[in-house]
Amino acid sequence: MSILVNENTKVVCQGITGSAGSFHSKQMLEYGTKLVAGVTPGKGGTDFEGKVPVFNTVADSVKQAGANTSVIFVPPPFAADSIMEAADAGISLIITITEGIPVNDMVRAKRYLQGKPGVRLIGPNCPGVITPGAKCKIGIMPGHIHKPGRIGVVSRSGTLTYEAVHQLTQLGLGQSTAVGIGGDPVNGTDFVDVLKLFNADPETDAVIMIGEIGGSAEEAGAEYVAREFTKPIAGFIAGQSAPPGKRMGHAGAIISGGKGTATEKMKAMEAAGFLMAASPAELGTTLQEALKRGAPKKR
Amino acid sequence: MKIHEYQGKEIFRKYGVPTPKGILALSPNEAEAAAKQLGTPVVVVKAQIHAGGRGKGGGVKLAKSPAEAKDLAKQMLGMKLKTIQTGPEGQTVHKVYIEEGLAIGQELYLGVTLDRATSRITFMASREGGVEIEEVAEKHPEKILREAVDPAVGFTDFQGRKLAFGLGLSGPTVNKFVHFCASLYKMFMETDASIVEVNPLVILKDGGVVALDAKVNFDENALYRHKELLEYRDLAEEEPRETQAKEWDLAYIALDGNIGCMVNGAGLAMATMDTIKLVGGAPANFLDVGGGASKEKVTAAFKLILADPAVKAVLVNIFGGIMKCDVIAEGIIAAAKEVKLQVPLVVRLEGTNVEKGKELLRNSGLAITPADNLRQAAEKAVAAIK
Repeated sequence: MSILVNENTKVVCQGITGSAGSFHSKQMLEYGTKLVAGVTPGKGGTDFEGKVPVFNTVADSVKQAGANTSVIFVPPPFAADSIMEAADAGISLIITITEGIPVNDMVRAKRYLQGKPGVRLIGPNCPGVITPGAKCKIGIMPGHIHKPGRIGVVSRSGTLTYEAVHQLTQLGLGQSTAVGIGGDPVNGTDFVDVLKLFNADPETDAVIMIGEIGGSAEEAGAEYVAREFTKPIAGFIAGQSAPPGKRMGHAGAIISGGKGTATEKMKAMEAAGFLMAASPAELGTTLQEALKRGAPKKR
Repeated sequence: MKIHEYQGKEIFRKYGVPTPKGILALSPNEAEAAAKQLGTPVVVVKAQIHAGGRGKGGGVKLAKSPAEAKDLAKQMLGMKLKTIQTGPEGQTVHKVYIEEGLAIGQELYLGVTLDRATSRITFMASREGGVEIEEVAEKHPEKILREAVDPAVGFTDFQGRKLAFGLGLSGPTVNKFVHFCASLYKMFMETDASIVEVNPLVILKDGGVVALDAKVNFDENALYRHKELLEYRDLAEEEPRETQAKEWDLAYIALDGNIGCMVNGAGLAMATMDTIKLVGGAPANFLDVGGGASKEKVTAAFKLILADPAVKAVLVNIFGGIMKCDVIAEGIIAAAKEVKLQVPLVVRLEGTNVEKGKELLRNSGLAITPADNLRQAAEKAVAAIK
C-alpha cells in the first residue's frame, strides 16, 4: 500500500530534545506516526511529552522500544555520526532531515553504510517520507496537505514537493507515498531507488518526479524509466531560468562531463517517456494528463 | 568559500605541495621590489581575482625586468578584468602576485573534487593542461584520467602511479608526482576543501613537479571547524548583497532582471524564477528565506531585494507548511511598513491558515496584490511593471 514506511514503522527521533527535533516530533505524533523513542545522549531515562521514552543511544531505543526507523534532527557537526550510529544499531531506514552537513563527513558516512547491507539512508537535507494512508509522517512536511491515494511523489526539493502534493490533493489525487530525497551532493537513496520501489508497489498507479539542475541523478532516473518503468510518469525540473554565468571553476563541470543543465535533464526525461510539466504551476495537471496517456512505451 | 591563488599556494606550501616562489604586491612599487627580490630573469605578474580564465583575459603577463613588472602591475591594479568566469562587467583587480619564472617542460591538468555519482573524492588528470579543460571533458572524456579515493584508506601510492604513467611521466618525476598528489589529498581533507584545481601543473625541464596555479574552494558547511581559514575571506571579491545575505542565513544570488523574489525553499525559489520567465518577466534575484521565515528574516530579505535599484516589483511566494500563513502575513506587513515599500508587491501564500493570512494582507492598508497560485502570482508581478 506504500513504499518505505507503513503501519509497522516504529520511529526513533535522534535529537528529539533539540528545537527542531521536539517541534517536529510533536507534529509527527499529532499526525499519527508511531514515534516510539527519542535519543539524546545524556538524557536517557527521561521522556518526551510524557509519552515517548528518551534513550542515550540508538541501540537502546532498538532493544527497549523496538525502533526500526530513525529520523535525524541532530545539528550538522554531529549528524554524520548519528547516521552511522543508527546503522550500527540495526535501524533499516534512516531519514536525515539535517541541512548543512559537511561533504567530507557524508563521504565517510556513506562509505560506512556500504558495509551495512539492508540499511537505507534518505537525505540528508530533505523533508522526509510520508504515507498518508498509514498515518505515517516522518519528517517536516505539513501533514494536512496530503491525502491517502495512489500517486507516488519523489523530489529533490522540499517546498516544491509540497507544491506538487498540494496540487495533486486539490485535483482529488491522493498520494501512496511522497519521498523527498534531498538536494545535497552526497545523499543516500536516489531517484532510481525510489522509482524501483514505486514500480514494484501494487498500490501506486503513477508517479511524479521533481528534479533540479546540477548533478546527474535525474538523467540516471530517466535511463531507468526508459528501461524498466511500467507506470505513467510526469516530471519537472526546477532551475530552467538559472543563469549559467556564476561558475565555480572547472572541476565541478568536468566531473559531470557537461551534464546537469535543465535542458539536458528535460530532454533525457522526455525521451524516456516522462510527460514534462512546462511550469511548476502545472505539476498536478501534468500528472493527470500522464494518467490519461498511460505508461511510457518501451523502446 | 573561494580564495585567491596566492592564498591557495600558501596553503599548498604548508602541506608540502611544491609551488613557485612568489610575493604579493598591492602597488606597482611593491611589484618592482618583489621582482628584484625574486631575481629571476623573467617574472610573472598575475592579477588576483576570484575567477578563472585570467590568462586569456590579460591578467597573467611575463616581465623581463623589475621595471617591466612595475609597468604591468600599474596596468593591472584597478583594472576591470574580464574573463569567461567574471561575467561581462568584469572584476576589479586589487592585488597582483609576482612569481619567479621557471623552465617549463610540460603543462598538465590536475583537479580534485567530489564526484556526486560515486560519492567519492576524485582526482582528475589530463595531459591537456592549461587549455580549456571543460571542452576536453565534454568532447574527449577519455583524455581525462580519474581516480576515486576510498575515504577509509585515503589516496594510495598506486593510484598516484596509475595517474603518473597514464600522463606519460617517467623517471624520478613519477615519484615526485605521486608525492604531489598525496600531499594535495591530505590538504583537501584537512581543510575541508570542495575544489582543488592545479591548472596547469607543470613538469619542469629538470623533472620537478610544481603547481603553477592554485584554485581552492572550501566547503562552507565545514568552515565552523576551520576558523583559521576565515582570514582568507576577501570581501572585496564578493557581491556585497550576497555577503549581507549570508549574515542573515539567507541564500541570495543577484540576477539581472527587475522582479525581486522572496521564496521559501531553493527548489520552489528556482521554480518561481522559472515561472516568471515563462510569463515574460525577468527575476532580479534568487532568494531562499528558508523553512523558518521569521519576521526578522522576512524584513532582512525585503531590505536585500530593495537594495537592488533594478527592482521594479516584488513577488513573495511562501508555501507555509509548518509555518502558519497568518504569521507569515504579519511578517510581510511589518517588513513592508518598516522598509517603506514603494514598488508593487504581489504575494502568494499557501498552506496552513491561508484564509487568515490573506485577510490580514487585505486589511493591512498596504497596496498588496494577492495571488492564488504560482502562475497567477508571476503574471500579476509582470503586469505590475508594464
